[in-house]
Amino acid sequence: MGLKQEHDGPDANKQQEFDIDKQFLAAPVKSAVDKFQLLPEFLKVRGLVKQHLDSFNYFVRTQIRKIVRANDLITSKVDPTVYLRYKEVWIGKPSTSIEGAVIELTPHNCRLSDLTYAAPIYVNIEYSNGQKTPPVAKKNVFIGQMPIMLRSCCCVLHKKDEAELARLGECPLDPGGYFIIKGTEKVILIQEQLSKNRIIIDTDKKGCIQASVMSSTEATKSKTVIKMEKEKIYLYLNQFGTKVPIMAVMKAMGMESDQEVVQMVGRDPRYSALLLPSIEDCASNAVYTQQQALEFLDKKVKKPQYFSASFDKEGKAMGILRDVFVANVPVRQNNFRPKCIYVAVMLRRMMEAILNKDAMDDKDYVGNKRLELSGQLLSLLFEDLFKTMNEELKKTVDGTLEKPSRSSQFDFSRYVKGDSITHGLERTLSTGNWDVKRFKMHRKGMTQVVARLSFIGTLGHMTKISPQFEKSRKVSGPRALQPSQWGMLCPCDTPEGEACGLVKNLALMTHVTTDEEEGPIISLCYCLGVEDLALLSGEELHTQDSYLILLNGLILGKHRRPQRFANAMRKLRRAGKVGEFVSVFVNEKQRCVYIASDGGRVCRPLVIADKGVSRIKEHHMKELLDGVRNFHDFLREGLIEYLDVNEENNALVALYEGEATSETTHVEIEPFTILGVCAGLIPFPHHNQSPRNTYQCAMGKQAMGNIAYNQLRRMDTLIYLLVYPQRPLLTTRTIELVGYDKLGAGQNATVAVMSFSGYDIEDAIVMNKSSLDRGFGRCIVMKKMSAINQKYENTTSDRIIRPQRVGPDAERMQILDDDGLAAPGEIIRPHDIYINRQSPVATRGAMVSPLTLTDKDYKPSIQTYKGPEGETAVVDRVALFSDKSFNLNVKFIIRHTRRPEVGDKFSSRHGQKGVCGTIIQQEDFPFSERGICPDLIMNPHGFPSRMTVGKMIELLGSKAGVSNGKFHYGSAFGEPSGHADRVEAISDTLVKHGFSYSGKDFLYSGITGSPLQAYIFMGPIYYQKLKHMVLDKMHARGSGPRVMITRQPTEGRSRNGGLRVGEMERDCLIAYGASMLIYERLMISSDPFEVQVCRKCGLLGYYNHKLKISICSTCKNGENVSTLKLPYACKLLFQELQSMNIVPRLKLTEA
Amino acid sequence: MQFGFVVFRGILGLKTENVQYSGAYASMGVDNSVRLDQFRNNFKVEVIRLSEDEIEFDMIGIDAAIANAFRRILIAELPTMAIEKVLIANNTSVIQDEVLAHRLGLIPIKVDPRLFDYMSEIDEPNEKNTIVFKLHVRCKIGGRRLTVKSDELKWLPNGSEFPLSAEKSTSTSASNSKPKTYTSFRCSQDSLPEFSNDPIAPNHPDIIVAKLGSGQEIELEAHAVKGMGKTHAKWSPVATAWYRMLPEVELLQELKGEMAEKLVKKCPVNVFDIEDLGKKRATVARPRACTLCRECIREEGWDKYVALHRVKDHFIFTIESTGALPPEVLFTEAVKILEDKCERVITELS
Repeated sequence: MGLKQEHDGPDANKQQEFDIDKQFLAAPVKSAVDKFQLLPEFLKVRGLVKQHLDSFNYFVRTQIRKIVRANDLITSKVDPTVYLRYKEVWIGKPSTSIEGAVIELTPHNCRLSDLTYAAPIYVNIEYSNGQKTPPVAKKNVFIGQMPIMLRSCCCVLHKKDEAELARLGECPLDPGGYFIIKGTEKVILIQEQLSKNRIIIDTDKKGCIQASVMSSTEATKSKTVIKMEKEKIYLYLNQFGTKVPIMAVMKAMGMESDQEVVQMVGRDPRYSALLLPSIEDCASNAVYTQQQALEFLDKKVKKPQYFSASFDKEGKAMGILRDVFVANVPVRQNNFRPKCIYVAVMLRRMMEAILNKDAMDDKDYVGNKRLELSGQLLSLLFEDLFKTMNEELKKTVDGTLEKPSRSSQFDFSRYVKGDSITHGLERTLSTGNWDVKRFKMHRKGMTQVVARLSFIGTLGHMTKISPQFEKSRKVSGPRALQPSQWGMLCPCDTPEGEACGLVKNLALMTHVTTDEEEGPIISLCYCLGVEDLALLSGEELHTQDSYLILLNGLILGKHRRPQRFANAMRKLRRAGKVGEFVSVFVNEKQRCVYIASDGGRVCRPLVIADKGVSRIKEHHMKELLDGVRNFHDFLREGLIEYLDVNEENNALVALYEGEATSETTHVEIEPFTILGVCAGLIPFPHHNQSPRNTYQCAMGKQAMGNIAYNQLRRMDTLIYLLVYPQRPLLTTRTIELVGYDKLGAGQNATVAVMSFSGYDIEDAIVMNKSSLDRGFGRCIVMKKMSAINQKYENTTSDRIIRPQRVGPDAERMQILDDDGLAAPGEIIRPHDIYINRQSPVATRGAMVSPLTLTDKDYKPSIQTYKGPEGETAVVDRVALFSDKSFNLNVKFIIRHTRRPEVGDKFSSRHGQKGVCGTIIQQEDFPFSERGICPDLIMNPHGFPSRMTVGKMIELLGSKAGVSNGKFHYGSAFGEPSGHADRVEAISDTLVKHGFSYSGKDFLYSGITGSPLQAYIFMGPIYYQKLKHMVLDKMHARGSGPRVMITRQPTEGRSRNGGLRVGEMERDCLIAYGASMLIYERLMISSDPFEVQVCRKCGLLGYYNHKLKISICSTCKNGENVSTLKLPYACKLLFQELQSMNIVPRLKLTEA
Repeated sequence: MQFGFVVFRGILGLKTENVQYSGAYASMGVDNSVRLDQFRNNFKVEVIRLSEDEIEFDMIGIDAAIANAFRRILIAELPTMAIEKVLIANNTSVIQDEVLAHRLGLIPIKVDPRLFDYMSEIDEPNEKNTIVFKLHVRCKIGGRRLTVKSDELKWLPNGSEFPLSAEKSTSTSASNSKPKTYTSFRCSQDSLPEFSNDPIAPNHPDIIVAKLGSGQEIELEAHAVKGMGKTHAKWSPVATAWYRMLPEVELLQELKGEMAEKLVKKCPVNVFDIEDLGKKRATVARPRACTLCRECIREEGWDKYVALHRVKDHFIFTIESTGALPPEVLFTEAVKILEDKCERVITELS
């Protein structure tokens, strides 16, 4: 069956599904419907990086239009009739124009020839060149190149099948979701952020309770903080120099009556008591009317750096209150009432928190967070660049119009240039520094080069979420596992060390929403009985029987029957009348209904259950299997819905259908989807101690294996490949879903858990030499070297010439072909020349025709291979291409095949890493009754403290797997649903095939020939070879290079540096009293230097070689000069001190 | 006779120690020392199974150390011929040169290694120490994907056909003499009587060596030399060779009726049978089949009924040959090597 399965592919898999079905149908507890099949279907329609693609698609389709529409008019200051209006914007096919010729781009070509995978942005414009001429319309005007995300709707790979992808040189398993900028793959990391436009109640450093809102609209971004300080409430806003009493602000917004404010906050006497000091404070400042309040505030406004005209007319404070203060609440026709109500709600929530600490918001709660994806970040960048471009356009047009006499006819459209956008986007994406002054955004390291060490590393990189806080903060809160992370963010996959818990990864089924139109939802809400805010008095706002309705943080009004309203909204969503990602959340504590349609919320699909009965029935799943139904149908028919973190609080989710009660509203699709991609590789992770899973998540990314189907066509700087990668014998469902079984990174090694030879202490493993001979752990390391054929300003250029076959350099040029480049397949040794290039002697000055240059006018500028001695590397590939400035580029890939050696690092899938301790002949290895000899031996001490029970079950499962020719499963939490085999079942299989139920075999010693005294736990375990190999790390030196200024040995392996006797080593030697050793290590072996010191003045002199005497240059004689040895660094210190007017004097005494 | 067995004590461990000292049991009246005539009388070899590439035989009356010595020699010290040098003229396939060479090295070659000499570093490759194979496969442009199998390795009895590049320019003048190649064969190997009607070829024609896509080509020459398994596993003449001690299953108490049936059902390899002489009684029918899975004594209390032993001087030896030599010859060769070693010890000592 095992063999057959490999050939049959998906059909056989399906067959297996049935096998497992049978198994768990016989099990006592069974769930009614196996909903697992939804998962592959979900991933098929969604892919693994859908969040990136969705976000980028939204940007390209919608957001970019909005940006252009918002800034569509450019009018000349000089002549107002000269204008340009953008009509339409769209993005073309990925292409680039080289000297006027348009060349269509494919991603792989861009990778190989260091291009940016970008598509032109086109606009339709309408412009007028002045009063006399009628407006002209122009279509397809190019305004810049937009880097295109791979597999997005603009990409050439969009909706291509496997064969077409292969033709384009693309791996079908590659997830996409990244950009190619100048040949390097760049991914914009998902950024974690606090929710925008939401009231967050928390405490500041001093413990004062505050309500803050990060307002973000298309026009402005601001942060408003209202804080309770010494019983009085103040507003903190950047535009105001100091804190401002909140009552003054209320009055300035037209709430002159204190009573109305109190009513709005709520008539509860406790609230009014808390508000009283602020009201009194306001009165003591003699602020009673709106006018007084505005004047009061005007004084507090920070002096603006640049003069702004609009604020001047009606007073600065008014402008700030309207446009900056809680900017997300719009002020229409100077109607401040909605803003007042908003502030009142903020105050009310703050007071609630003061009275009851539970009402405080948790900043780490996932529902209060938004994930910023590439689309949003790009749209910010594009908006900035677009505005800059328009400003520049305006400036140049004004400049031209101001000129009194113009030689040619003025044409507005000719001034539209796309360079600034093209370069701006490219620069930002390649450096990762988002410096958008307009939005006060200065963030670094937003993009990273896609990790191509292993396939899983690439996937893991796409789901990585970079934190909002800097890593240095010593707080535990944001690092802790949040209960609300369940199902959204992987609980295992986080790095160790400083970023622990801050950097997170998405879970398998997580979706990140994009923005959705608010208008229809607002009108729908009013239709469903929301009482409009404008019609409510302050008193009515917080009546006992009503809930506030908020949409994306904006108060719409109130509703008397909130539950009914929420149910109606949900019903509409399930029916597809509202977007599927709109969330409705009834917060009973705050007496609010939150409706959210904004982007960046994390959500996940769940099966809807009515009174505990799942809506998905057997026939639905059958239809899915038959292919007449897909995931979208489930969604559309209201069998499944997406819930975000907030709405999950209104749901009661059953893990399995069997566990549902009558209150249950939803059922999980599959429990193992709470884990991410990296953690999904671990078999039986739920049997492991949890840090082990975390370690494996980090290590899986360093494992060597297959990278992609196009791995041998890629020209990356460094690739590690395994020669014979295998798929794990013990798989999980996640492995099949992400394609790890097709691009594995490891080998199934037969492991004996026993001690052997003593070279297996401290997690080292003993390896079988014959296994290594037969190809276990063999890997290929490929490195890139490149060379450019430079062009110079005097039109000369480098040249590559035929190698000399005789002469002094002939030996070093052996590997060169007649074209002067290293030939593929040749063994390359250190100091070998791999490109026989020459540069012209003169590269500047007058133009020289390259044809007139003779051989004498060139000097050699060869490049030699600098690799470690004794390594037989081979030239694998040579690629030639021309770059942006038409220089010939050559890339060489050097390949080196390595077999494992002592010190190479290996790891199983359970965070159990270890180095190879020794390699032992097969005949010395123990062998079993069946003649099986293990590939490696692992020390049993690795188990008790690590508690990786999953590894033991993996061994059992793999052993059963090889004996009955079937892949066994070990998905997380999979036992009840049949996605993980139970140990009992595995043991039964083992017994059936004549093994012990415990997996322990009877072994004979290979050395003595007699049986071993214990039964040995032996079987196959999937082992990964990690990228850390001794060959890259080993280093020693006798004498060697020294640093110029200090004359001490250099540091580091790459500079052939010395091994430092550090201060701790020095301390040891001092304690031991080994003074001569210290003297040797710290001086003789480092930087000894002979100096002449004047005994009189104590300063350094010199030795006059002509007169053969030592002279003190200060005393101008050589009478009292002694010669002694100093470290050169010490002499240097003296001289440096002297240069800053400090005189160090040496006092010499006779020893 | 406790000392003749490996006794199993359930989970607690095994008593496996061998007695090193000949007089260990002297007080019990047992003389443990080796006597040649006694050994000669007691030693027995029974061949159980013999096929082209596998042999299973019993070796009775011998010490574990000796049996193990045979096993070790079989794995590591019996020479075979294997491809050691690969001269690649052209390789445009996806498989890397060194990986291809490694794969070729592991292909077992059907040739008697006794007919060849070892090649030391100073030796020139000649017909007595080298076998040359050629592999030249090309996939037509636009053709279907091609699988290169081991039968594409063609024996070159006249040695290498690749001219030595350094010699190329000078030897053109002497056109009569054979161009210098990478080997210096004095005569064709197929003129030798051993190979004249038994051409040298890989043992299995269907080992996949590489796969070629349209337009790809492999042209190479592979030189096989004699070597030993301890240098590299490719020279090991056996896939594996191992032994196990003869299992002995003892029923400590008579098991009848239901218990007997239970016992029979317990064993996955059918060691037990039921003897039906009026009343059902369990018997040990096939102790040899016992794999020591310990199913029969797994359940609490069953170790009172069944005891598992191993006979310490009865070895069931299995040799899986890779095909260079038949398995029975392999064993006799191994005996010869051990003999040689013993002789060497004796001569060194005397």
